[in-house]
Amino acid sequence: MRYLKEIKGLRPISKISNPAKRKRRFLDSSLRDRPDRSRLDGFAERPNTFASRFKNSAQVIAENRNCAPRYLDYDLGMETEPGGSFDEMFGNGDGPREPYRDYGAWIAGEDAAQLRKKSVEAERFFRRTGITFNVYGAEEATERLIPFDLVPRILSAREWSRLERGIKQRVRAINAFLHDIYHRQEILRAGRIPAELIARNDAFLPEMIGVSPPGNVYTHIIGVDIVRTGENDFYVLEDNARTPSGVSYMLENRETMLQMFPDLFSRIPVQEVGDYPENLRRTLAASAPEACRGRPVVAVLTPGIHNSAYFEHSFLADQMGAELVEGHDLRVVDGRIAMRTTQGYRAIDVLYRRVDDDFLDPLNFNPDSLLGVPGIMDVYRAGGITLANAPGTGIADDKAVYSYMPEIVEFYTGESAILKNVPTWRCVEADALAYVLDHLPELVVKEVHGSGGYGLLVGPAASKRELASFTKKLKANPGNYIAQPTLSLSTVPVITRHGLAPRHVDLRPFVLMSPNGITVTPGGLTRVALKKGSLVVNSSQGGGTKDTWVLEE
Amino acid sequence: MLGKTAGGLYWMFRYLERSENNTRLLNAGFRIALTRSAAARNEWASIVVTAGARDAFEEHHDQYEAADVIDFLLRDKSNPSSVLSVVEAARNNARLVRTALTREVWEATNECWMTLKGILNRPVAAKNLPAVLATIRQQSALVRAALDGTMLRNDIYNFARVGTFIERADCTARILDVKYYVLLPSVSHVGSSVDNVQWETILRSVSGLTAYRWLHGGDISPTGIADFLILDRRMPRSLAFCFAKLSDNLGYLAEAYGDRRACHDQADAMRARLKESSIESILDFGLHEYIEEFLRSNNTLGQQIEKDFRFNE
Repeated sequence: MRYLKEIKGLRPISKISNPAKRKRRFLDSSLRDRPDRSRLDGFAERPNTFASRFKNSAQVIAENRNCAPRYLDYDLGMETEPGGSFDEMFGNGDGPREPYRDYGAWIAGEDAAQLRKKSVEAERFFRRTGITFNVYGAEEATERLIPFDLVPRILSAREWSRLERGIKQRVRAINAFLHDIYHRQEILRAGRIPAELIARNDAFLPEMIGVSPPGNVYTHIIGVDIVRTGENDFYVLEDNARTPSGVSYMLENRETMLQMFPDLFSRIPVQEVGDYPENLRRTLAASAPEACRGRPVVAVLTPGIHNSAYFEHSFLADQMGAELVEGHDLRVVDGRIAMRTTQGYRAIDVLYRRVDDDFLDPLNFNPDSLLGVPGIMDVYRAGGITLANAPGTGIADDKAVYSYMPEIVEFYTGESAILKNVPTWRCVEADALAYVLDHLPELVVKEVHGSGGYGLLVGPAASKRELASFTKKLKANPGNYIAQPTLSLSTVPVITRHGLAPRHVDLRPFVLMSPNGITVTPGGLTRVALKKGSLVVNSSQGGGTKDTWVLEE
Repeated sequence: MLGKTAGGLYWMFRYLERSENNTRLLNAGFRIALTRSAAARNEWASIVVTAGARDAFEEHHDQYEAADVIDFLLRDKSNPSSVLSVVEAARNNARLVRTALTREVWEATNECWMTLKGILNRPVAAKNLPAVLATIRQQSALVRAALDGTMLRNDIYNFARVGTFIERADCTARILDVKYYVLLPSVSHVGSSVDNVQWETILRSVSGLTAYRWLHGGDISPTGIADFLILDRRMPRSLAFCFAKLSDNLGYLAEAYGDRRACHDQADAMRARLKESSIESILDFGLHEYIEEFLRSNNTLGQQIEKDFRFNE
């Protein structure tokens, strides 16, 4: 595991002298009564708190008010975050926060070596199941695992219900916005967002003007990325309204945890996520077009087995009992999109497409695309098939449009946004650009259309050369960038070779929208930056994942 | 079900069967190399020819040395029929048709691929060959067991079986094609020890030596072997067995889909011919000619199946 080596070089604190001590419990209660005094010199002791019990088992950690002790890296001393990020497990250091109370009690009795063994077991489980992703640009077609960390990320029912309300409000607004933008454009007439933001945007699809999908649902599947910076501070980082991925990891992470720690789930009431595939199937079926006769036929369109998310495409098709098709399995037959079966062509009613707009239809969009179906856009516009998500939804998750999301939510729902936006400088505006250029080392700069952690500058972590190159890029094409403050993302413990250590996380809840309503699966995918101090959680950039628990009321 | 999926299943199981057959061939070759080193070089050559890989082999090698042949058939990426190549192809097809497989079949296939990639990541020393071959056999047995134990007996299963039997019939016929001269009636008197070794090798390469003895006692005769491999429907690798199964599996598809296609008539005709022939009539016709014709028809049938069930556009 790569990230461990990097930790190893840090803080060379003396090794544990007695090798027998190496095999120890993370929180061995027997150690509570006989703390190793020599190691506690200079530190305040609080024998009855989780943190202090933890540290008693070995090296101890600075415990002053500026730098709250939370973890033990028992060969290395504790890692602390210079910025003092909010830790979701230990909060301000007085033992585990409420949502982690039962879990904290459980892990206190676990054997560290045993947990690391479980980590290896989990990895084997993922490999055997084939939960891998293909890496772009890798020399050979390598299949990699997304590292999985066994410590769950836990949210209370109360925390979740607030998030859920905020997410639903946002998704409703996004769909109203999309309908408006492709019809009367009231929001532009009202002057609430600038017209050129839409007119000059590549994500705006003129082919969608005047098209009304069934139930006016544009984003059947949406993944809203959320970050946390404090006890009550949640921000939406971006709205993934095109083809958000990762839901298979949410499901397999839970499955893995159930297999690894069945006893945990009988002790701690965690809300289910396993009905997602069935909800997805219902959502898609409920969105069938008028042309549908009888029970809707649903299929998943994948670019093929070499796509980085192929595992997820086949997983979802399998779980829904839907066909998994590629462009070359499909053609237009009698005004419908039909798939080649062993018994001839058969019409599809709803296509959950995991192919980008550009590649969907070589006749209407990118003519070189081999992944799509010639003429599918015409069939779609005539109501012969439902595409999920609708083409042209990218206009709603564009990073420049994102900065107007508070206005958008208010315009369509009449309420102010429950979830905050991250303050965003639109570099296309001269004042903003000047500010961004002045403060580059503090900011995160993103490409307006970028995704996957590519084309991203994290100011505080950037070298002089990277800063200089981004300055040049910003000046050359300011409209292509937005900038945001570097947020101090919350941390959750991960298991390392040396004990628990805090790592930054984000959260992608998965939202389904059908003409019948919106459902949000409790939790979502927690991504974790496994490099110490790193803020980039994308799997393509060495991030990992965790199971996400929302506790029952 | 999608035509592409049917094709993926058919090829997945052809490839798995091929890896097993290669393993049997190597086992037989290794045996002869142990006991009769003089005859070994010819034997390795005929194994490569039987595996249908002569051109690819001779491109890289001048002579049929044991180590080269073993490496070529087990793990050479430039050989599309090497065990590693076909298991990888099988696993890629399994990914393609993942939605048609139970989790157990998929995991067994994936694990088979991971295990073989592990043990075949470096050349296999002769002394380790038996253990490696045993692992390969075991891994493919696990896939077959998962298929047998967990799959619904619907069109998916039948396409998998059709692929298996087309490939198996092809392999048994190839063995006969390469070795037909050993079985010609002119040498059908009591065999010399050389003949005996040759005959045993043929039986070993279809894992049928013991079964043959059960049926015929100790007497190994070339006519008996030809009869056993072509017409004996009790022998699971004989042509007659494969075609009895094939025509059943295709018959199921005709019933499920409510129509018969060209492949059904072809398969039934081949089955009937195998049922009605006697070994004497085949030898009269000419063993070599008979086998060549069989290989051609088997190949044509495979293509017809692809067409009838729309594997491709």
